[in-house]
Amino acid sequence: MILNEGKPVAKSVCVIAEFQRGGFRSSTFEVASEGRKIADGLGCELCAIALGAGVAERAPELGRFGVDRVFVTDEPFLEHYLAEVYVPVIADVLGRIEPAAILLPASADGKDLGASLAGRLREGLAQDCTEIVCDASGLKARRPVFGGGCDAWCKWAPGAIPIITCRPNTMDCSGPDMHRSAETIRIGVEKPRPRSEVLSVQLEGSGGVELTEASIIVSGGRGMQGAENFAMLEELAGELGAAVGASRAAVEANWRPYADQVGQTGKIVSPALYIAVGISGSIQHFAGMGSSKCIVAVNNNPEAPILGKADYAVLEDLFEFIPLLTEEVRKIRSGIA
Amino acid sequence: MKIVVLIKQTPDTESVIRIAEDGKSIVTDGLKWIINPYDEFALEAALRLKEKDGGTLSVLSLGPQRVVNSMITALAMGADDATIIDDPALDGADALGTATILSAAIEKIGPDIVLCGSRAIDCDQAQTGAMVAEILGWPHLPVAVAIEADQRRVTIERRIEGGTMSLRATLPALVTVGGSHSVWNPRYASLPGIIKAKKKPLAVRRLSDLGLDPAKFGLAGAKISVASLEKPPQRSAGRIVEGGDAREKARELARALHEDSGAF
Ligand SMILES: Cc1cc2nc3c(=O)[nH]c(=O)nc-3n(C[C@H](O)[C@H](O)[C@H](O)COP(=O)(O)OP(=O)(O)OC[C@H]3O[C@@H](n4cnc5c(N)ncnc54)[C@H](O)[C@@H]3O)c2cc1C
Ligand SMILES: Nc1ncnc2c1ncn2[C@@H]1O[C@H](COP(=O)(O)O)[C@@H](O)[C@H]1O
Repeated sequence: MILNEGKPVAKSVCVIAEFQRGGFRSSTFEVASEGRKIADGLGCELCAIALGAGVAERAPELGRFGVDRVFVTDEPFLEHYLAEVYVPVIADVLGRIEPAAILLPASADGKDLGASLAGRLREGLAQDCTEIVCDASGLKARRPVFGGGCDAWCKWAPGAIPIITCRPNTMDCSGPDMHRSAETIRIGVEKPRPRSEVLSVQLEGSGGVELTEASIIVSGGRGMQGAENFAMLEELAGELGAAVGASRAAVEANWRPYADQVGQTGKIVSPALYIAVGISGSIQHFAGMGSSKCIVAVNNNPEAPILGKADYAVLEDLFEFIPLLTEEVRKIRSGIA
Repeated sequence: MKIVVLIKQTPDTESVIRIAEDGKSIVTDGLKWIINPYDEFALEAALRLKEKDGGTLSVLSLGPQRVVNSMITALAMGADDATIIDDPALDGADALGTATILSAAIEKIGPDIVLCGSRAIDCDQAQTGAMVAEILGWPHLPVAVAIEADQRRVTIERRIEGGTMSLRATLPALVTVGGSHSVWNPRYASLPGIIKAKKKPLAVRRLSDLGLDPAKFGLAGAKISVASLEKPPQRSAGRIVEGGDAREKARELARALHEDSGAF
C-alpha cells in the first residue's frame, strides 16, 4: 500500500460509467476492468458512479467487470449527457468517497465529462490514455501526443486526484465474471436548473458500429474515386462486423460525412484491425489510426508511404481486390474455406 | 455581441517531432508554427457570427513571443483585437493553470460568448475549454459542428455516438468547436486583411497585469505534468502479401488475418 503524507491514500478507485439507451457502453466495461487492476494495485475497493434514465436496474452488471459498489442516480432528466446536469451530481458523490483516482471512457461524452469534472474539482486530467501503471510513486498514464509522434507519460502532483480517460480498445478487458454483481447505492438528487439544455437528439438508426469503439475498421481514401464505390467497403465491413472510416480527401470530396474522418482533425481510433483502402498514409491520417494493432493497406502505387508501415501490404488495384477479399472473408466466415 | 476566441499556436501538422535531451519536451528549433486547426475553425465560426449580428471579436492566446505571428494571422482573417499573455512563470503550466489564466483574461474583456477549439493538436489535452467554463461558472456546449446565436442564446449541434444532438445555452456561454476542414472551410487571410491587421490593437500582458500571482502558476502549481516523453512502440516492418494474382492475394490475406493474427 502506498503512503502519502503518512496516511493511506486509496479509499477507492472510481469509475464513471457511461449508460445510454438502456445499456452500458462496452468502453465502460474496459474502464471498469482497468480500474479493478489499479484498485488491486493500491489495495482498495473499486466503485462506480452511474447516472442515467433506467440505469438502476442494470447497475449490478458492473460487478462482472470488478466493480464492488455502484452509486446510482436514476432520473428521467439524466437521459442525455449534459455537463451542467451531470457534473454537480458526480462531484457530490465523489465528495463522499475520497477517490484515489477517477477513470472514464474516452468517448465523446466521457472526454467532455472528464474535462468538466477536472475543471470543477480543480484536478489534473489525462485524456485518451492507452496505458496506466501503478508503482511506488503513484499512477502514471501513457497518452499519444503530437499526432502520435511521441507518447507522454503523465504523473500527478502529491495529493492530486488523477482523472484519466481511457482510449477504447487499448486496455485489456478481463471478464465478464457472470457470478459477480455489484452492490448498488441509490443517490437522490434534486432536478437542477441548468442554463443549458438538450433540444433534440437524432439517431441514425443504422445500428452500425461506432467508429471509435469498432474493433475492425475499413477506411477508404481518394483512391475510391467516388461516393458510390464505398458500397464495396460497406460490403466488406458488413462481412467483418466492421465500421467504415475515411480519409480527409474522401470527406472533402463529399463522398463520406465528416464524422467518418479518421486523423488529426478527425476521429482517433485504435481498432484491432484497420484496413486502409486507397489511402496514401499521410502523417495526419496516421495521427488518427497509428495505434491500431494490425494495419492492412491496399494500394496500387508501390511508392505509397502506407505500404511501408502496414503489417500487411497489398499492392493491387482496389476495385479488383476488395470484392475478392470480401468473397474470401465470407468463405472463412461461413466455414467453407 | 462581444466574442472572444481562444487561440493556441501549435507545430505544423507535418512537423517531425524530436524529443529533447531532457526527455520531457520536444526540440522546437526549426519547427513551423500554425494556429491550432480547431482554433481556426472556432475563429471562422466566430467571424460568421460577427458578420451576421455585428459586435466585436477579440482573440486571446497564452504563449511565448512567437505567438505574435498567429495573432496577426487571426487579425488578418478579421478579428478586431488581440491579447497575448506571455510570462516566464508559465513554463510547465498544466491545462488547469492555463484555463485559470485564460479565465482571468476573459473576465477582463467581459464577452457574451467564448469560442475555442475542442482540442489542440500538439498535446491533445482536450480540456482547456471545459475548464474555462467551469472556472467562469458558465454553461459550456462541447464539440460544435454548427453554431447559431442571438443576443441571448447560443444553439449548437454536436455529434454523439450514433447520431447528432442539438444543445442550447443562455449567454454568457462557452462553445468548443469540433468538426473538420470540410465542415468549417476556414477562410484565408486576404492581402488587404494583412495590411489592416498591422493597425489593429495587439496587447502583450504579464500575469501581474491580470492580478494573478506568478508563484501559483507554471510547473510549481501544476496538478499534472509530463514525467517523460518516449517514441511510441515502432511498427515492425510488415509483410507484402504475395500471390500470382489478385485472387490469390485476397485468399492469402484473408487466411493470414484469420489464422495468424486472429483479427477476425
Ligand atoms: C491541418 C491538416 C489536418 C489534416 N487532417 C487530416 C485528417 O484528419 N485525416 C486525413 O486523412 N487527412 C488529414 N489531412 C490531409 C492529409 O495531409 C492528406 O492530404 C490526406 O490524408 C490524403 O488522403 P488520401 O490518402 O485519401 O489521398 P491521397 O494522398 O491522394 O492518396 C490516395 C491513394 O490511393 C491510391 N490509389 C488510387 N487509386 C487506386 C486504386 N485504383 N487502387 C488502389 N489504390 C489506389 C493512391 O496510390 C494513393 O496512395 C490533414 C491535413 C492538414 C494540413
Ligand atoms: N495557451 C493557450 N492559449 C489560448 N488558448 C488555449 C491555450 N491552450 C488551449 N487553448 C484553447 O483550448 C483549446 C483546447 O486545448 P487543449 O485543452 O490544450 O487541447 C484550444 O483549441 C484553444 O482554443
